[in-house]
Amino acid sequence: MPVYNEKVMEHFMSPRNVGEIENADGVGEAGNPVCGDMMTFYIKVKDNHISDVKYKTFGCGAAIAVSSMVSEMAMGKTLEEAKEITPALVAKKLEGLPKNKFHCSNLGAQALNKAIDNYLKKQGKAAKSKKGGKR
Amino acid sequence: MREVYLDYIATTPVLPEVLEAMLPYFRDAYGNVQSLHNWGDKAREAVEDARGRVADLIGGEAEEIIFTASGTESNNFAVKGLAIAQQSKGKHIVVSAIEHFSVLHSAKTLEKWGFEVTEVPVDKYGLVDPDKVAQSIRKDTILVSIMHANSEVGTIEPIKEIANIVKKSGAIFHTDAVATAGTIPVDVKEMGVDALSLAGNQFYGPKGAGALWLKKGVRIIPFLDGGVQEGGRRAGTEDVPAIAGLGKAAEMAKAGMGTRAKRFSALRDKLIAGLPKRIEHVTVTGHPTQRLPGNASFCIEFIEGEAMLMLLNSQGIAVSSGSACTSRALKASHVLIAMGIPHEIAQGSLLFSFGLDSTGEDVDYVLEAMPPIVDRLRQMSPLYSKFLKEPKRGKK
Repeated sequence: MPVYNEKVMEHFMSPRNVGEIENADGVGEAGNPVCGDMMTFYIKVKDNHISDVKYKTFGCGAAIAVSSMVSEMAMGKTLEEAKEITPALVAKKLEGLPKNKFHCSNLGAQALNKAIDNYLKKQGKAAKSKKGGKR
Repeated sequence: MREVYLDYIATTPVLPEVLEAMLPYFRDAYGNVQSLHNWGDKAREAVEDARGRVADLIGGEAEEIIFTASGTESNNFAVKGLAIAQQSKGKHIVVSAIEHFSVLHSAKTLEKWGFEVTEVPVDKYGLVDPDKVAQSIRKDTILVSIMHANSEVGTIEPIKEIANIVKKSGAIFHTDAVATAGTIPVDVKEMGVDALSLAGNQFYGPKGAGALWLKKGVRIIPFLDGGVQEGGRRAGTEDVPAIAGLGKAAEMAKAGMGTRAKRFSALRDKLIAGLPKRIEHVTVTGHPTQRLPGNASFCIEFIEGEAMLMLLNSQGIAVSSGSACTSRALKASHVLIAMGIPHEIAQGSLLFSFGLDSTGEDVDYVLEAMPPIVDRLRQMSPLYSKFLKEPKRGKK
């Protein structure tokens, strides 16, 4: 098996918040199946807070664990706080990812960011921040 | 938990008889083959005995066998060593698009050294068309290297026909028979090849034991310079235990080949017939009939191979995949891509390979374990939800 730590394995085996949100306030997609990983994040927003977050993920063990971790980190946060979630932070929370998985599989923060931008755009206050989040 | 190893293509275990044949050469008869005393004699006898058995497995002569440390070494040695030896006649070589990386990357190295390489495409089954080989051969073609079978998709290539074409052109023909030697009948004379690679860990011999068969009279440039071992073509103290094990494995493979192949292909056919019945949107990769007896390879749509491997492993099932995520290079299998399989489908590649310890119950266990795993990952897959929302998309 790939060298995943216990934390990553635990999130892979029991991923949190899997699914889609009907009538989501924001939807964001990152990655593509050609490179092997693709994630779609759905958010519900209430009083500037993320009141619900779900996702669907196509990809390897790391990609699934990352999505699960991002959903946990984002739940209940303000939009500003949620936008602070970076791939590096996600990897840290997962207690590390294999080097070769860091970039291609660590797309959760990017997808979440896009979902938030999508929400803000719908709200008519399009995000000024650069799209796609930090890599 | 039940443990089911279905990754014999990655490596086979060493048979007890093979281990027995190896053991004396670690502690008792530990001499150096080149030494001129009793210790050396015992080691030499073991190596020469093994040479005869390996030659016998593939219908060659003992003196035509060069022992190496792996199939990879044999392929590197053949491709680079034969090309360099022939370079005064031309600098063009031909390989297929689905060769093992030890052939493809050797060809890349030759390009850096000033050679030209033509890659012959394959069809959707992974078959090399002999006519395409003929079309790619030029006046300055000195070497053609096409594998006997591809272990990833199981397809067996029409080597005899290809060899006939290459022979007419005057080029040297090498075949990577790592997936076939010891598994299905291989006869170098009947095939009409000039060089052939094989590896012991594909047929219950030890790892670290391979061989290159090189037809008498064909020139090759050695890779390892040094002493006179292997007729001066592969210097370095002989790995006597590994070679003895390879010899024993070759002998047993030859004797048991028919029964083994019959058993493996029954298991293969059971899985190939059973899996698409249990799971929708599954395709079998490789040729439907011209395939290795123990190979059952699939692409499971909408999900990714590594995640499947991990969940299968949690059920005690060991298999492999050609998905991007399972490769260190993070690229989907070049074999599946060369066969025209789209990237997103190639990501769902799964390869089951059967061996001596495999049983019909193993197949039943896999058939039970697979549907919930596939279902779980599909429920999580954005590609699957998109597919479900687009009913117009026809079934493949």
